[in-house]
Amino acid sequence: MRDRTLWTWHIGAGLVILVLLGLHMTIMHLSATLGFLGVADAEPTEWASVAARAGSLFFTLTYVLLLGAALYHGFYGFRNILMELDPGRTLRRVIDVGLSVVGLALFAFGTWAALAAPGAATMGG
Amino acid sequence: MQTRARPNRLGIRGWVVGGRWGFERYLYTLHRLSGLGLLAYFVMHIFVTSTRAIGPESWDQAMSAVSGPLFAVGEYLVFAAFAFHAVNGIRLGAIELGFAVGRPIEPVYPYETSVGRQRRLARAVLMIAFVVAVWGGLDFFAWK
Repeated sequence: MRDRTLWTWHIGAGLVILVLLGLHMTIMHLSATLGFLGVADAEPTEWASVAARAGSLFFTLTYVLLLGAALYHGFYGFRNILMELDPGRTLRRVIDVGLSVVGLALFAFGTWAALAAPGAATMGG
Repeated sequence: MQTRARPNRLGIRGWVVGGRWGFERYLYTLHRLSGLGLLAYFVMHIFVTSTRAIGPESWDQAMSAVSGPLFAVGEYLVFAAFAFHAVNGIRLGAIELGFAVGRPIEPVYPYETSVGRQRRLARAVLMIAFVVAVWGGLDFFAWK
């Protein structure tokens, strides 16, 4: 695939991360701010809260979307940094294949974890 | 990126030392450092949070392993890195699309450069990231 296409996906993934990671950070870490806004919830890392989010189709879908976007954005950015060290053709290939395999494996693992959680919401109901 | 016409002779020094490129070059370095830090954290985060797939006992065990003041500071650094990386990323995207660089002008002395026109946006990015980081710091540590 041409670099321009990959770069465009990198920017697009960044926008997805901006929205979804912003939401994730707010829910997980800015409890006092949520309290000011009147949407205070239970401790977000307690199992009851985790199970409630896992049971929500919205949270499951956005989790998988954020996982994919963040892995792509992160690993493509890392690849670009490595490419600036001007690796030879073989090493370039190793970097491309290696980062793709690791990224896809992490995506598969993270998606499995999201869908296998007890009570997780899936498209099948 | 497919060409090897101009090899990177400076290596890592070329990334870290801004030289005549100045302020924006250090933002570039900080963008990369924060990005690499976020990526490293994210990979660990995937493994830690995957324990929910096994069940509540496994989840509680993982959460107690990553609790305490040291981890709280670490999480805050991740939050601050995200704040900077996100706001600076918006700046980079805006500049790539031709915003905030000004219209082309005649090269008449004293010369005005596009980099000089971008500086206000760069300063704004630092200020916004700083405000978000301070707000987050208060929420993390003071308003509990």
